[in-house]
Amino acid sequence: METLLALLFGLLLAAACYLLLARSLPRVIIGLLLLGNAANLAMIAAGRVAGTAPPLVERGAQALAAGASNPLPQALVLTAIVISFALTAFVMVLAWATWRSEATLDPEALRRAEPAALPSTDKQEAAEAEARP
Amino acid sequence: MIATRADWLLALPLLIPLLACALSAVLRGRPLAQRAVTATAAVAMLVSAAALVIEVLGRGVIASQMGDWPAPFGITLVADLFAAAMVAITALMYAATAAYAPADAGMRAQEGLWHPLLAALVLGVTGAFLAGDLFNLYVWFEVMLIASFGLLVLGGGREQLDAAMKYAVLNLVATTVFLIAVGLAYGLTGTLNLADMARRMPEVPNQGAAAAVAFLLLAAFGAKAAVFPLFFWLPASYHTAIAPVAAIFAGLLTKVGVYAMIRLVTLVFPAGQDWMAPLLWVVAAGTMVVGVLGAAAHWDIRRILSFHIISQIGYMIVGLAVATPFAIAGAVLYIIHHIIVKANLFLVAGAIRRAGGSFSLAALGGLWRRDPWLGVLFAIPALSLAGLPPLSGFWAKFMVVKSGFDAGWYALAAVALATGILTLYSMLKIWIEAFWKEPPEGAALVALAGRERWLLLGPVAALALVTLGIGLWAEPFVAYALAAGEQLTNREAYIAAVLGARP
Repeated sequence: METLLALLFGLLLAAACYLLLARSLPRVIIGLLLLGNAANLAMIAAGRVAGTAPPLVERGAQALAAGASNPLPQALVLTAIVISFALTAFVMVLAWATWRSEATLDPEALRRAEPAALPSTDKQEAAEAEARP
Repeated sequence: MIATRADWLLALPLLIPLLACALSAVLRGRPLAQRAVTATAAVAMLVSAAALVIEVLGRGVIASQMGDWPAPFGITLVADLFAAAMVAITALMYAATAAYAPADAGMRAQEGLWHPLLAALVLGVTGAFLAGDLFNLYVWFEVMLIASFGLLVLGGGREQLDAAMKYAVLNLVATTVFLIAVGLAYGLTGTLNLADMARRMPEVPNQGAAAAVAFLLLAAFGAKAAVFPLFFWLPASYHTAIAPVAAIFAGLLTKVGVYAMIRLVTLVFPAGQDWMAPLLWVVAAGTMVVGVLGAAAHWDIRRILSFHIISQIGYMIVGLAVATPFAIAGAVLYIIHHIIVKANLFLVAGAIRRAGGSFSLAALGGLWRRDPWLGVLFAIPALSLAGLPPLSGFWAKFMVVKSGFDAGWYALAAVALATGILTLYSMLKIWIEAFWKEPPEGAALVALAGRERWLLLGPVAALALVTLGIGLWAEPFVAYALAAGEQLTNREAYIAAVLGARP
């Protein structure tokens, strides 16, 4: 089971890297989602995967019985899923706003904050650049 | 169990901004009430942070188990000298930016959102400083990140959208790497409590996997701290934010990454892996050089200052790389000095923009003749940043560079000194262009006067006085930093405070 999860983790990570390097914001967002899911799988695999018994300590016992499931990774993953959901929603809104204002989703073409050329040392040009909305 | 004083002192710096966030969100649309909430919260935060520092000075490391779950199982809040100092500086930044913000021209329509987001950012930053648990640290990082997304796009300019996109994607990748490392660390040690992990990490049979965890965590924190070669999100975004937002970002956010790196290396991996020192050497030198050269190329005040954040992070990494108690103390003092000075410079940049009508050096000029006080208030943090005596930057830089020479890291110390000279070059560039040269024709000049002048320059002057104070009266601050360095390199006290005495 762990081997399978490890392979799946690697596969998701590879796909996420491929998509994150794409020149298209929707693909980048899907890449972020896959990366988040890869992290969740890593956390599940780090706990005990195979346990199926409920994680309750028997009356009088001091520790869990063998084969009990581990609730902690599940709680952590739940937190991580909620956070990644909120952040992905924000990034999607950001991409939508970018599409509406710039009419492009190619990250290479988004150069408004960092123009390709250095700021001009000519005072006329600098004043014009400043006045731009 | 009844909450003790230590419990309250550790919980209050989190409760205050949490409450302020909720209250100011409810009061959206009533700026005066919101300002009152933020001002009260900032003052309360300053008082509780001061009480925390005094408590930690008297009693050493203090820890508190939230919900009374015993240590490795529940959430632990911990404060040592380093963490307490960072909380105090955070409170100071909260107060300074909150006082400055209502007068800022870019703020006007945005104030309803500014107050709750600022409180949420302060909450995340403080939580990261006090967290004693790796997953808890991750959650505070996310709180900070979510608030910073909102703050970055305040104002809604088109270039801010572009900046926020890059900032968001690169930071999300970094936090996800952090999360993967958390999962692997849990799999190796079976614990998430940092003190417990520190005890168990050397006993892990697979030390190769432990090294991988250390590398992933360093990479994730390094991306947050904007170190070479993971800094690209910072110069792409910081210069687009409105002045008070840029100030609090520049002051606090990257330093949380540096804090986490120092905590991780001194607590969990103190013996050091053999690859760590050379790696940190390259990272420190690269960060200093690339940052300062980037700054030298630019002609926009905010972009120059953004690149200088990166180069200054390099000095802190020098302290971490050398890793003697004196070097760590130097890094601690450097962080404290840097937060104050860098936030102050961004606040001054906002005032310069107001008075001179532009952030571009080419379109500015003649400010010294029209407003000498503005010049003085720029010169103090600028020269402190470059490390000129008797300002705070001199002592911080002196400690870091001396630790490098003492430990025989001559090349790294030389790079640090050369970076200082180039820093002075870019500060002089701003000075000569914005203050000394004749103003270009048609420049939109405004005289800062009356209430606006006090609101804009008051916080700047207060932070400049703190810089001067640390510079002229360095003894207690250096002593504090040395004690913090001693405490950080001697981790048993931290572990004992969290877990109790070793059974």
